[in-house]
Amino acid sequence: MARWGMVIDLDRCTGCAACEVACKSENNIATVPPEQAEMGRAISWMRVMAELEGDFPDTAMQFYPRPCMHCDNPPCIRVCPVQATYIDDEGIVGQIYARCIGCRYCANACPYMVKYFNWYGPEWSQSERQHLNPDVSVRPSGVIEKCTFCHHRLQKAREDARADERELREEDYEPACAEVCPTGAIVFGDLDNPSHRVASLKEDPRVIRLMEDLGTQPKVYYLRPRE
Amino acid sequence: MRQGVREKLARMSTDEQVLLRPLVETSRSFYIVATLLAATTLWGVFAYYSQVRYGLGLTGLNRPEYWGIYIICFVFFIGISHAGTLISAILRVSKAEWRRSITRSAELITVLVIYWGAVQPIIDMGRPDRLLNVFLHAQLSSPLMWDIISIGLYFASCTIYLYVPMLPDLAIIRDSGIKAPRLYRFLAAGYRDTPGQRAKLERVIGVLSIIVIPIAVSVHTVIGWIFAMTLRPMWHSTIFGPYFVMGAIYSGIAAILVAMVVLRRAFGLQQYFKLIHFDYLGRLLLLFSLLWFYFTFAEYLTAFYGGEPGEMRAFWAKLTGPFAVPFWTMVLGCFVIPLALMSRRSTRTPRGTFIAGIAVMIGMWLERFNIVVPTSVNPRWEIESIGRYVPSWVELSIMAATFSGFILLYMIATKFIPIVSIWEMKEGREQSVREVADRVAEYLPESALAAAAEDR
Repeated sequence: MARWGMVIDLDRCTGCAACEVACKSENNIATVPPEQAEMGRAISWMRVMAELEGDFPDTAMQFYPRPCMHCDNPPCIRVCPVQATYIDDEGIVGQIYARCIGCRYCANACPYMVKYFNWYGPEWSQSERQHLNPDVSVRPSGVIEKCTFCHHRLQKAREDARADERELREEDYEPACAEVCPTGAIVFGDLDNPSHRVASLKEDPRVIRLMEDLGTQPKVYYLRPRE
Repeated sequence: MRQGVREKLARMSTDEQVLLRPLVETSRSFYIVATLLAATTLWGVFAYYSQVRYGLGLTGLNRPEYWGIYIICFVFFIGISHAGTLISAILRVSKAEWRRSITRSAELITVLVIYWGAVQPIIDMGRPDRLLNVFLHAQLSSPLMWDIISIGLYFASCTIYLYVPMLPDLAIIRDSGIKAPRLYRFLAAGYRDTPGQRAKLERVIGVLSIIVIPIAVSVHTVIGWIFAMTLRPMWHSTIFGPYFVMGAIYSGIAAILVAMVVLRRAFGLQQYFKLIHFDYLGRLLLLFSLLWFYFTFAEYLTAFYGGEPGEMRAFWAKLTGPFAVPFWTMVLGCFVIPLALMSRRSTRTPRGTFIAGIAVMIGMWLERFNIVVPTSVNPRWEIESIGRYVPSWVELSIMAATFSGFILLYMIATKFIPIVSIWEMKEGREQSVREVADRVAEYLPESALAAAAEDR
C-alpha cells in the first residue's frame, strides 16, 4: 500500500506562488471578493507563506509553501462529530463535503490551519466558470474544504494504469502544485516505496517537519535551506 | 381577576393565596416588558433567517476566528443552567432546610435556559439542514458527540426533576379550579396526595436529586473538554473540565440571586425570599468568587511559568494586549465586586446580591469570551497570527434574542407554575421544624438526647 507524501526543498522555492495558482485552478477553488479576503476568508489549499528573516539591512525572505500536511495522526479527524473528515488507506486526509455540518471543530483542531470554511456560496468570475475542472466537485456554502493531494488525479492515474494493464508508476500521479513548480522544489510520491524520490529525500539530513513535536506525524517534509 | 376566581382564592391558605396570585393576576408592566422581549426575540429570528439565507458570511467570523459569539453564548447559557438543578439537588441531598422556597425558581431557570444554550451550536452550524447527520454518522470520539449525549441526558433529567416535585402543586391548582382546569388535570397526572403517593414521590425526588448531580457535572466538564481536547495554546489544559464546572455553578448562583430579587419585587414574595436566603446564597457566591480566583490563578500561572511561545502569545494578548479590557473587566466582575460585596453581612442584602449577581454574570460571559477569542486569533503557528474579530449585527441580534427569549419564557412560566413550591413550604412548617430539632439533638451526646426528649 502506498503512503503518499511530499518533500519541499526550501532552497529551491523562489516564492513564485505558481503552486498556489495551479491549485486554485485545478481544484475549482472559489474566488473571494477583496473585502472578504481582507477579513480572512480567502481560500488557499496551497499557500506560500513568507517570513522575513534577519535584521535590517541583512534580511532575506524565506518562503514556505504550505499544503495540508496529511498527517498520519491527524488531529482534525477525531474531533469531527459526523466522520466527515477521514484518512484513507494510502494516508490521504479528505473531506466529505456532502456530509460536513459546518461546525468548524476540525478547523480549530488543525495546528497548520489548512482547513478552509465556505462562509458564502462559491463564486467564480465568468472566465473561470467556463473552465471549472469536471473531476473536482464544487463545495456548497457552509462546509469545510481542504487540500486532497489532488486525489482525483490518483483515481485517474490508477484507471489509466489498469487500462494499460501495468503498475502505477511514480510519474503517473502528482498533485497540480508539484507539477507546475518551475524549480522542482515540490517532489511528490510514495514515502514507503524506495524507488520513489521522496523516499530517499525524506532521509536527507536537512529534513524538518512542521510542529513535529505535536505528534501529528505530517507527511509533508521540508528540506531546510543550506547556510 | 374574575369574581369567581377571587372567591376561590380567598378560601385558600395564606401560602396558596400569595403564591397562586401571579397565576391569575397579571400586571400591565408584565405585558409591556413581555412585548419588548418578544419584539427583540423576533428580531433575532429575522437575523437568523438572514444568516440561513446568505450564509455564515453575515457573521464577523473568519479564519482563524472560527468560533465566536454563538459558542461563547453556548458555554454561558449551559453554565447558567447549572443554577437550578445542581444547587437544588445539592441542597436537598444535604438536607439544607432553607432551600424550600428557592428550589422551584432555580430548577425552572435550568430547564428553560438549556434550550437557549443547546440551540447555539446549531445556530453556529454552516449546514443546519444536515443536523441529523450527528445521529446518522455519529463519531463517538468527537467531544461534540459527548456533548450531545451529555446535554440530552441533562435536559431529560432536569425536566423530570422539575416536573416531579411540582406534582402536588399542580394537583392543588387542579383542585382549586382557579385556572385552565383541563390543562392542570392533565399536568397533575392523577396525583391525589395520598400518604402512599407522597411516600413514592419523596422517594423518586430523593433518587433524582442524586442522579442529576453527576449528570450536571458531566455536562460542563464535557463543554470544557471541547476546547481542552484540541492542541491549541491556552485551551489544551487539564484544568478546563473542573474549571468549567466551577464557573457554571458560579454563574448559576448569580442567576438565581438575580431572578430571586426580581421575583421578590414583582410578585411581593418578601416572606418567601427572606433576607436569610440572600445571606446564605451570598455566602455561597463569596465561596465561588474565591474558587474562581483560585482556578483562574492556577490556570494562568501554569501557562505563564511554562513560557511556551504559543501559549505566551495568547497569554499576553489577554493580560496586556488587545484583550486587556475584557480580561480585567472579567476579573472585576468575577472577583473584585462579588468579593467586596459578599464578604460583608451589610451588603449581603437583596440589593447587594443583585449587583454582585449581575457583575458575576457579565464577568462569566467575558470569561468565555476570553477563552474563545484570544486563543482563536492567536493560533500556534505564529506566521498565521493575523486574526481579528468584530461580531456582526447578526451575531449581536441573535445574542440579544437569546437573552430576551429566555427571560420571556421564564416570565410566561411564572404565569403557569407557582414560583415557590407550595407543598414544600407546608411540609416545612408541619414536619421539618420538629425533624430538625430531633436531628440537632441526635448530633449531641446521648445524655443530652435524653434530656431533650424529656423536655418534649
